[in-house]
Amino acid sequence: MSDLRELYQEVILDHNRSPRNFGRLEDPTLQADGHNPLCGDKLTVALNVADGVVTDIRFEGSGCAISKASASLMTEGIKGKTLDEARALFERFHQMVTDQAAPADASLGKLTVFAGVRDYPARVKCAILAWHTLLAAVDNSQEPASTE
Amino acid sequence: MTDVYRDVDVTTTTVAPTDPLVAPEPFDVGRIRELFPILAQRVGDKPLAYLDNAATTQKPRPVLDALSRYYAEENANIHRGVYALSQHATEAYEGARAKVARFLNATEPAEIIFTRNATEGINLVAQTFGRQTVGAGDEVVISTMEHHSNIVPWQMLCEEKGARLRVVPISDTGELMLEELASLLGPRTKLLSIVHMSNSLGTINPVREVVELAQAHGVPVLIDGSQAAYHMPVDVQALGCDFYVVTGHKLYGPTGIGALYGRRALLDAMPPYQGGGDMIRSVTFERTTYNEVPHKFEAGTPHIAGAIGLGAAVDFIAGVGFAAITAHERPLLEYATAALEAVPGLRLIGTAPNKASILSFVLDGVHAHDIGTIVDTEGVAIRTGHHCTQPVMERFGVPATARASLAMYNTTAEIDQLVAALTKVREIFG
Ligand SMILES: Cc1ncc(COP(=O)(O)O)c(C=O)c1O
Repeated sequence: MSDLRELYQEVILDHNRSPRNFGRLEDPTLQADGHNPLCGDKLTVALNVADGVVTDIRFEGSGCAISKASASLMTEGIKGKTLDEARALFERFHQMVTDQAAPADASLGKLTVFAGVRDYPARVKCAILAWHTLLAAVDNSQEPASTE
Repeated sequence: MTDVYRDVDVTTTTVAPTDPLVAPEPFDVGRIRELFPILAQRVGDKPLAYLDNAATTQKPRPVLDALSRYYAEENANIHRGVYALSQHATEAYEGARAKVARFLNATEPAEIIFTRNATEGINLVAQTFGRQTVGAGDEVVISTMEHHSNIVPWQMLCEEKGARLRVVPISDTGELMLEELASLLGPRTKLLSIVHMSNSLGTINPVREVVELAQAHGVPVLIDGSQAAYHMPVDVQALGCDFYVVTGHKLYGPTGIGALYGRRALLDAMPPYQGGGDMIRSVTFERTTYNEVPHKFEAGTPHIAGAIGLGAAVDFIAGVGFAAITAHERPLLEYATAALEAVPGLRLIGTAPNKASILSFVLDGVHAHDIGTIVDTEGVAIRTGHHCTQPVMERFGVPATARASLAMYNTTAEIDQLVAALTKVREIFG
């Protein structure tokens, strides 16, 4: 078992304590609900998009430190990006938290604090819920996103 | 064999937790632990503290031995073979049924139907008795503290039949609200299905009283004994219930095997569950006649080894004796309750005066999942989440809880290990 501090990095604990972009977005362009049926975590991601660029993004809901911090850092990473860039970021994030052999990807910036999650398979879904929800919003899905 | 049941005092199902119970012989937890090989494991460099018994219990040597002996020496298909080996297997399988019947004090072995688990036992009743009895406008009554497996089968049935599911509320301590229950029972009520002991709160329901209330309205009662059956003696005749389900893997037995007790008269009148081999008397393309109970409800080759393992498991429990088990588990629960209550920021969910062996809790500012991951690195196995009781989580306004659940082999040292691990949670989360 690797060191817990690899999982619970300071940045993660900080974003858990004071999540950024937390709360409601009135009349968003896109919105989706996410649900992790395994643990009951629920999350809403809402964003405003203008000319294909994310101008504002917020999330609300309840979850563990990993899922809350992941949502918080995701919103920071996505703001100002195009939807295509957001999708690409999701792919790279997904690879980092699931693929033991994935090389370090510096382009993920602050999001690399979640690299430790891949040593805790039971927690991967926590890290990825916000991203699935974001993607569901972007794809304008009517179905709530699920980690299953 | 029957001797070991003599110390079983059926009234302990409802006695207050302070009543003295004297073990018939000294209960040595160290010796008990030696019977469970898995408990000697380490998690990394820490001893394993297995505190997730409400999810599944570990298996003692007698059960492991029964399983390997069956496969090594007795394996054959049952009921139809004329050769000696098949007869041995049949005797072992039917012998296991008799053991389970004795364990639950059924009137006869035929009242015990082997299932895959508690879930299948409940579904069996819903799909046979339920479909036969429940019609449009009728009602099925359950409670807020049911496991999903005692909710969804009834929802499905009610949807199919245009019937209504009614839910008995629970109090802030996690107790069944009996007056509300009484007021929900009426001429439309076709079945009451209720948990004996809650898996997320630990509450022991006054099932005898519940059965009496139901009987006053002529309402049949199913009791989900998944949690109760490894902590307290169960006497289905004394309870007067119509159905009682248990699940083998929580009885120190194998997975994939469970049992449904049903009153003979009801079982006889019920249609079969699944169609196939073994459940028939004769088959032609024009007409099939069904076998008698219990075989009517056991289509196909059953989990023979599992049943035999379950037989060994209930013998093992009866051999230790519920008096001894309770005399060990009750003070352990009290110790654990006091130890957890002393943890700053910890709140127990489920504080009914009459409860057993389950400690559900939340910690200020820390989600249950994070607790679970961190204590795991200290060798402590607890469950986190909704425990398949989402309505209970909603009732208490929490997204999830962490749950430590005890069995006969747990020790105060393991509770200390949990409490120390929770300190580590605080270190990380501040
Ligand atoms: C109270 C209760 N009912 C039903 C079940 C379902 O048991 P199984 O999954 O073995 O069918 C459980 C176990 O999770 C339980 O604790």
